[in-house]
Amino acid sequence: MSGFPILTVTTFLPLVGALFILVQRGDEETVARVSRYAALWASLATFALSLVIWIGFDPASAKFQFVEKAQWIKGYDINYYMGVDGISLFFVLLSTLLTPLCILASWESIRTRVREYMVAFLALETLMVGTFCALDLFVFYIFFESVLIPMFLIIGVWGGPRRVYSAFKFFLYTLLGSVLMLLAILAIYRAVGNADIPAAMAHQFPKSMQTWLWLAFFASFAVKLPMWPVHTWLPDAHVEAPTAGSVILAGVLLKMGGYGFLRFSLPMLPDASVYFTPLIYGLSIVAVIYTSLVALAQDDMKKLVAYSSVAHMGFVTIGTFTLTMQGIQGAIFQMLSHGVVSAALFLCVGVVYDRMHTREIARYGGLVERMPKYAFTFMVFMLASVGLPGTSGFVGEVLVLFGAFQVNTWVCALAATSMVLGAAYMLVVYRRVVFGKIERADLRSILDMNLREVAVFAPLIALVFLMGVFPNVFLKPTEPAVAELIRNFNAQRTAATDVQGDVKR
Amino acid sequence: MIPVVHNPVPASAEIFLALAAMALLMVGAFWKRGAQARVASVLALSILAVAGVVLIGVTPPRNVIFHGQFIADHFALFMKLLILIGSGLTLLMSLDYIEREGMARFEYPVLVLFATLGMMMMVSANDLIALYIGIELQSLSLYVVAAFKRDEVRSTEAGLKYFVLGALSSGMLLYGASLVYGFAGSTNFAVLAKLLAQGAPGSTSVGLIVGVVFVMAGLAFKVSAVPFHMWTPDVYEGAPTPVTAFFAVAPKIAAISLFTRVMMGPFGPLVMEWRQIVVAVAIASMILGALAAINQTNIKRLMAYSSIGHVGYALVGLAAANPSGVRGILIYMATYLFMNLGTFACILSMKRQGKMVETIADLAGLARSQSKVAYALAIFMLSMIGLPPFAGFFGKLFVFLAAIEAGLYALAVIGMLTSVVGAYYYIRIVKIMFMEEPASPFDRPQGQVAAVMGLSAIVTLLFFVFCWPLFYAAEAAAKVLIGS
Repeated sequence: MSGFPILTVTTFLPLVGALFILVQRGDEETVARVSRYAALWASLATFALSLVIWIGFDPASAKFQFVEKAQWIKGYDINYYMGVDGISLFFVLLSTLLTPLCILASWESIRTRVREYMVAFLALETLMVGTFCALDLFVFYIFFESVLIPMFLIIGVWGGPRRVYSAFKFFLYTLLGSVLMLLAILAIYRAVGNADIPAAMAHQFPKSMQTWLWLAFFASFAVKLPMWPVHTWLPDAHVEAPTAGSVILAGVLLKMGGYGFLRFSLPMLPDASVYFTPLIYGLSIVAVIYTSLVALAQDDMKKLVAYSSVAHMGFVTIGTFTLTMQGIQGAIFQMLSHGVVSAALFLCVGVVYDRMHTREIARYGGLVERMPKYAFTFMVFMLASVGLPGTSGFVGEVLVLFGAFQVNTWVCALAATSMVLGAAYMLVVYRRVVFGKIERADLRSILDMNLREVAVFAPLIALVFLMGVFPNVFLKPTEPAVAELIRNFNAQRTAATDVQGDVKR
Repeated sequence: MIPVVHNPVPASAEIFLALAAMALLMVGAFWKRGAQARVASVLALSILAVAGVVLIGVTPPRNVIFHGQFIADHFALFMKLLILIGSGLTLLMSLDYIEREGMARFEYPVLVLFATLGMMMMVSANDLIALYIGIELQSLSLYVVAAFKRDEVRSTEAGLKYFVLGALSSGMLLYGASLVYGFAGSTNFAVLAKLLAQGAPGSTSVGLIVGVVFVMAGLAFKVSAVPFHMWTPDVYEGAPTPVTAFFAVAPKIAAISLFTRVMMGPFGPLVMEWRQIVVAVAIASMILGALAAINQTNIKRLMAYSSIGHVGYALVGLAAANPSGVRGILIYMATYLFMNLGTFACILSMKRQGKMVETIADLAGLARSQSKVAYALAIFMLSMIGLPPFAGFFGKLFVFLAAIEAGLYALAVIGMLTSVVGAYYYIRIVKIMFMEEPASPFDRPQGQVAAVMGLSAIVTLLFFVFCWPLFYAAEAAAKVLIGS
């Protein structure tokens, strides 16, 4: 594979598709149709390329693979530097998988300004893939931050009634976090002398500096993830965003926060990570319990899924900061699983929303009579979200709990309550929407999923079971990278303690 | 030691500009009536272009001429090129405007030329006297241009306000300069730097410090930094739009470079004394720029507050007072130039049935009615927030990198937070254009305005691709300035 810049091509192929769409001329109907097909093919081609990356990826190696490095800003040691390791590989795949599904899901529901919509999604895909592949601090930041622009437009232009408010909230919240991260990146760049992420990982930062840098990164990733109490933008953004926007938001954008912790906070700032672990545990447990309870009280389906996302992300942060093999592996797996499951749940909401134009739980009931296929699909993802053994949700949660148990039994016990609470709200909503008798007249004529919708859900269902039954397919490639992360973490910790010991003597 | 040269070659561009502007004035005065404004503008544009070419050709790495009054170096070259681009493109944008709005008199391009000459003198000043002459030549031309739409109350009011406050600031500057001269014994920058560097830290006389503070106050006036910003919104709003565009770019760049040269050069040894002032002024400007713009309904007024904020960010680089700070300022001003030119090109295309409109609400639904303008303006607004991958991001990046290097962490954090507050009003414009129902559409933008808009949009959007030569040039320019 050497020589062919596959990561660059994968990253920028969607952008090429976007440019192609932008130069289309003609009446609105034609342009819309061409845009839809062009976007679909561009994103499918990108997905195919990302599968090539997966096939070519050496699962036994902890190193960055498919590395590309080109001089970008001469004289400043800022390079265009790309590469994937076990941690980032599946996030790239998640992004490239969800984008074509989103485009397919928006096929009929988006009728206005289709061209711009498709361009926004393809641009978003480029930025997401770029974020996960970037190995240069500034390249990472540029991709990470630019994501705001298309997402802001997707929520604000094609969203629901309160879309403007939600778009602003999303934009300003995330911007506030990430500008502080930029300062941290600048400080790291200055301390290390170049902008390579691997170099920064190997660099030993002084302890006091680590604290500030960690807090700055935390500001960004905690908002992005989101962690309680800075999660409030998420329900708003999800409720107002169009279905596909919610899918990308929950499926990929949230993962950028978790990925950030794994890529920056842990390897670069180990001492501060240890120091702040109780804070992370505290916030995560509140998130797990509190937002589960909040989810229980929701009337709006999308809001419910949004709050459940916050709870699931609480699991991710707990797992990440256990700093055990199981915990971190579980956190990564949980993110991937959540990327598939929550995306699918938002798509499920989208299916009935497209038909009835309401997300209110009370407006539905008895859908199983008219929509058996839908009832089955919804059930699969609902159970996966709850964490039923055999589905993807189970593996991640159990691994995280294993990891947490080794570190702190209380954290483990409190986190485990979410298994119960999650089951409570998910089963309740499923019963109210799908079971029971059809009581509303307009539901009597509702149609089951059509072929396009089945095509959207089929790969996701397959994936949920694949991840649940053969988790090693996903766990094996990530293992060396995680082991390396933990080894490096402990090495730096010991080095730091030695230095301190010397000072004391 | 700086080589002292006794020939005027390094100043050829200025000399040419002066002679050409005077010749154009004569031609204009003795010309029969006709399409003279347009011809004069085109001539003025070519004069600016020639001056730019001459400038690149003759500027030595570092030379002082005219008995230490005038310095030509790479720092000056960088800033002068920005100024020439700013003046040239604003003149280009005003071609149609001045004819349509009854401002078609040949004095307009001539005054722009003289103002540009004044700015180039400012950038190259190496003596407090030369500095003052440059500032006055620039300011006097600008006062007249601000009031150029003489039949309109707002325009004349803007001119008068600008004149009164500008004269006050010139007075302060002059007073400060006289104090410096009185206590230090020289007006020459090189001599001052040497004298001040000799004194032990803390031994500087109070009188000299007071003088420096007055000079800083005068310069803060010219760059419209808080608390000397009051004139800016009124002048921006009142002046004819192409003139506002001109004010927003060229004089700002000139004043910032003068500010930088004065503080880093002669007063460089006093950095511990003046840094706190620059930090305070920068913070105040960033905060005011972010907060005061939120409630504006007139887009020109909004741009005034936005420019106050941007000056605050540029001053962060000055507060760092290190080579990367100067480099940051240079890069910041380069990105600022194109963002502002582009934004004003968009404002100039806000026209319905030949009538200019300038409230923000007029932009409603622009993405559908005039999508190219909307996309361009969105790029400029996002760039002004400092969002990657646009040009403005790199400006902020280098300025804050310098602040981090200088250990000014609090300043950097405050700057970043204000940029988030400021983001609100920039994305509000994006929201109005993209997320609201279209109002009645604007006229299609004309050739020159559209050209400037497109050029600026391309520069702002693709800055990240070809930015490194600019960074190189900025680095070289910064080294020259610090090397004194």
